[in-house]
Amino acid sequence: MAMPEAGLLTQPDDAAAEPEEVGPVLSTKPASRGRVIWRRLQHSPRFWIGGVVIVFFVLWAVFGQFLTQWSPTDQDVNNMNYPPTILHWFGTDILGHDLFAQIVSGLQKSLIIGFIAGPASTLIAGVLGATAGYLGGASEKVIAWVIDLLLVLPSFFILILLYPFTKGSWVVMMIFLAVTGWMIMAQVIRNQTRSLREREFVKAARYMGFGTWSVVRRHIIPNVASLLIIDATLGIAAMILAETSLSFFGFGVQPPAVSLGTLLANGQSAATTRPWLFLFPAGTLILLLLAISLVGDALRDAIDPTSGVNRA
Amino acid sequence: MTIYILRRVFNYLILTAVASSLAYVLASIGLNPVWELQNRHPKPPQSSIDQLLDAWGVNPSVPLIQRVWTWFTNIFHGDLGLTVGNQPVTQQLLVRAGVSLQLLLIGSILGAVLGVVLGVWGAVRQYKLSDQVVTIVSYIVFATPVFVMGILFMIVATDLNNLLGIQLITFSGQYSANAPDGFWPQLGDRISHALLPTLVLMIAGAASYSRYQRNAMLDVLGADYIRTARSKGRTRGSALVRHGVRIALIPMSTFFAYSFGTLVAGSAMLEIVFSWHGMGELAIQSIQQNDINSVAGSTLFVAILILCSSTLSEILYAALDPRVRR
Repeated sequence: MAMPEAGLLTQPDDAAAEPEEVGPVLSTKPASRGRVIWRRLQHSPRFWIGGVVIVFFVLWAVFGQFLTQWSPTDQDVNNMNYPPTILHWFGTDILGHDLFAQIVSGLQKSLIIGFIAGPASTLIAGVLGATAGYLGGASEKVIAWVIDLLLVLPSFFILILLYPFTKGSWVVMMIFLAVTGWMIMAQVIRNQTRSLREREFVKAARYMGFGTWSVVRRHIIPNVASLLIIDATLGIAAMILAETSLSFFGFGVQPPAVSLGTLLANGQSAATTRPWLFLFPAGTLILLLLAISLVGDALRDAIDPTSGVNRA
Repeated sequence: MTIYILRRVFNYLILTAVASSLAYVLASIGLNPVWELQNRHPKPPQSSIDQLLDAWGVNPSVPLIQRVWTWFTNIFHGDLGLTVGNQPVTQQLLVRAGVSLQLLLIGSILGAVLGVVLGVWGAVRQYKLSDQVVTIVSYIVFATPVFVMGILFMIVATDLNNLLGIQLITFSGQYSANAPDGFWPQLGDRISHALLPTLVLMIAGAASYSRYQRNAMLDVLGADYIRTARSKGRTRGSALVRHGVRIALIPMSTFFAYSFGTLVAGSAMLEIVFSWHGMGELAIQSIQQNDINSVAGSTLFVAILILCSSTLSEILYAALDPRVRR
């Protein structure tokens, strides 16, 4: 799952980071896991490329509205259906909406949905997966069964079925997105936890009389945290993707609110005649998702160097 | 082995039944099939509305659990109720199933084959230029939703058609009404229509399969038994295929089943983008028309598709991994 970069091919991240790790011998404290991971990340071009692009999009979503004189709802009736000009940087749609202002507004919504729903679904996966794996027995069976049940229908179809319950509110849709996106990660966490449960330090904590919740919180979650961090990052991309798909087909964000999905839907009919209406939102979406998955994969390699690019 | 597979399939069957019944419940609570009638001016008499509700089997005065049970038991008589257009849902499904299956099966099988080949190739040629190109392309494909890729291909195809001055690639509907008669012209017409959506589905599938196959293959390449196979005199190619690819396909068989749902959703989206009258279109239209029976019917179809793919992947798993066969 990793993209090899020319600079890293002959020299794995580990080796590159080693001199610095060996350096501070005088310090009595060993390098913490977090610092080791951070050092590996610093040497990963994918992390920097992806990170810079994400920061650019976030800044654009926050401050983009100050760069243009148009608001997303303004209708410039003198310049309807105009290709990109000095006046309208990204052109206008059939009603004279400024596409630049609309993309800024859509990007805000898509980013909010992704950055909340992605980590939220990871949280659900972590709690349910760890609980199921740690407790075993009946509760594990129930959770495993629910996971299997939710996997029978693709989440796109479940979300379409849930659409009437959102009553057009994108906040409710965001909750549904989180609730239908956690299953596969929960499976992974459950399997990890099952093997952790047999490890000595977990057994020791248990025999010392710590309750289930404390053991899960203090010993299980930190040990699967790396998986969760990767999942939360990639989950942001997955949720933005799900949101745009739903909105594109009319089951997500509803007008007058705009998201990248509704913009794509508006641009679809004109894709071959007025391509800017489709290409600008599509390009924004693809670049954003690409950047997030680059960072997610760089994280995966930094946390688990035996996977991906550095493997034998 | 048979008992193992039978047990798994039985489990899937129960899950499918429960999931489709739950889908029916969700549709029944969320949708109001007479919304349009109730908002007409003048409003039709309540008695005729009730009559329609009863004919569709969705009258809210009947307890929900009873409606679900009636719907569920009727499946075994091949009856899925009536659409809001008063046509049998079964008939709708039969007409549309062919359309959907053509796209889905051809696209996903080609995608799986291409993905496995690219994955093995990438692993064998790790870090060489070709491997990197495949990796970068698959990253871009990952970041592109299938419907966006479909429309981008439409834009390119339009330019290509304009450039050539002939309608080489067609991308609206499944066939043209005015295509000339005869087997070959008809087939050509179908292929010209099917080309783009099938290509998009294939690329989307191949992108994710190739990444997993590459990883699985890399795990295997360093294994001792490959070296043993080489040292006992097998050629490199033979050792890779007989001992490498076969082992690397074992984790893939599970991944096929997991990812098939994504492909089903993707092909439903492509049907709509390319105006094919398939199951995806039915699912989306029926929600918009508050048509409970059609919603339930199309979700049942999807659930059965997933059931078949899970069963197939179990069989594939057992066929590849002798440890499962007991």
